[in-house]
Amino acid sequence: MEEDFMPRIIGFLCKWCTYAGADLAGVSRIQYPPSILPIRVMCSSRVDPLFVISSFLRGADAVLVAGCHPGDCHYQRGNYYTRRRYAVLRKIFEELGLEADRLRLSWISASEGRRFADVITDYTERIKKKGPNPVKKEVFL
Amino acid sequence: MAKFLELDKGTEAGIRELLGQSLRNGQVKAVFALRRTTNGAVNYSLITDPQMMEEAVPLFPSMPSNAGQLLSRLTLKGPVEGPVAVVVRPCELRALVELVKREQGSLEGFLFISFTCPGVYPLKASANGEIEGKQTQYWEAVKSGKVVPEIRPTCRACEHFIPYNADITISLVGNKDVDKRCILFLNTAKGAELVKGVGGKLSEGELETAELHAHREERLAEKKSLYDQGQLSGLGMDGLIEIFSRCIGCRGCRSACPICYCNLCTFDSFDYEYEPSTYEEELKKRGGVRIPPNTIFYHLGRLTHVGISCVGCGSCTDVCPVDIPLSAIFLQVGEAVQKIFDYIPGKDVEEDVPLATFEEVELTEIEE
Ligand code: SF4
Ligand code: SF4
Ligand code: FES
Repeated sequence: MEEDFMPRIIGFLCKWCTYAGADLAGVSRIQYPPSILPIRVMCSSRVDPLFVISSFLRGADAVLVAGCHPGDCHYQRGNYYTRRRYAVLRKIFEELGLEADRLRLSWISASEGRRFADVITDYTERIKKKGPNPVKKEVFL
Repeated sequence: MAKFLELDKGTEAGIRELLGQSLRNGQVKAVFALRRTTNGAVNYSLITDPQMMEEAVPLFPSMPSNAGQLLSRLTLKGPVEGPVAVVVRPCELRALVELVKREQGSLEGFLFISFTCPGVYPLKASANGEIEGKQTQYWEAVKSGKVVPEIRPTCRACEHFIPYNADITISLVGNKDVDKRCILFLNTAKGAELVKGVGGKLSEGELETAELHAHREERLAEKKSLYDQGQLSGLGMDGLIEIFSRCIGCRGCRSACPICYCNLCTFDSFDYEYEPSTYEEELKKRGGVRIPPNTIFYHLGRLTHVGISCVGCGSCTDVCPVDIPLSAIFLQVGEAVQKIFDYIPGKDVEEDVPLATFEEVELTEIEE
């Protein structure tokens, strides 16, 4: 059973870098696990921490926030704010003993199709080891 | 060495006289302080009539609402035409500063009087005159420099009991003669100006005595035991559900929190309201859904919103009808979040809220 478990990872990908990187991985026919459910956002800074919490509580096995490398944000500074917000969110998870390793922040540029595939593969392996998010069985959320 | 003024009367009487006189001679236009109403309730009021100063109880050990919230509201549409003398607790002043940073009010025109704060009793104790009955015990503890018993849990655990940004700091904690002598530290020119003509004796001395340092140690120990009790890092989702499962969703904690300032809260909006299809989806996964959903979501969400600026005032815990120990959680998680950025909420009005600024190179350890 565990063998068959394919995690469902909600990926918030910025349009200008990571989403384009995912596209490149596709057109370059680089293989990666079918675990990611991509949601395109205009910038990683559009990702309200509530989106992440909501995904987690609604039963995503993991959440990925991904955007341009620092310094390369299409809107210059967006991802610097993303990083701080994410740091806060992660700390809250850690302090409350929630599974912070079901969250991930990665910078993947439009030319990094290979890196996109690697990140998804690596993250998927990590979550496969952890198993499904137990929160999806909770009645109270 | 700091300058202080010593008046030959009880501390509260001294403050009352100083402020009454300042109103009479026009040095201040109004006073904002706790005031006892005819039926014995204590609330914040804005006072211009010097006569009414007799009803003022600026040191009454209760916080009907965090005054930071009230002063923000008072100045939301524009600053006061000062000077207005304000007597508030350190965490109320800190909350106001956090709100001003978010453009939710103004410090302009205020003259801030605060004190080394011994803490307040929970609001529930203000029913049936319970606090009145505790006054002797309260002031005896204040004089002794010990942590006052039975005050709010987060007051006991508060290490920021010496005010930041006060023009005048009244010495309370550990002041053995608190009922005989009124000691006012004059931190700014504005503060020094206000006490001119009130008489008394000017001297030099230190506010932060060895006793006060010892007192801080005691409060730090209280904080540690509060954190040990909470065992937050062991909670996990099951623990959170256990704590919050009795939440009735009244949103009282949000209304009482000075940092929660939005007029339209996202958790009251339709943004996260479930569609019929969402219920079906969730039921398929879980076999049952608590109605209404989104309680844990609300509390985790509120943590992401206010954690960075939580001043640990304890108002949230105080108003919760089902006694959820909110402020202990918010204080501890908030402090952890604040530490990432070395941030003390409400300390410096010039310092940006960490989420509204950044360093180009930082936090690389969280990037994967
Ligand atoms: S979360 Fe609670 S303790 Fe923190 S500032 Fe708001 S009301 Fe005060
Ligand atoms: S005050 Fe208590 S019951 Fe009301 S929403 Fe907050 S935690 Fe829930
Ligand atoms: S546009 Fe890619 S992170 Fe801002």
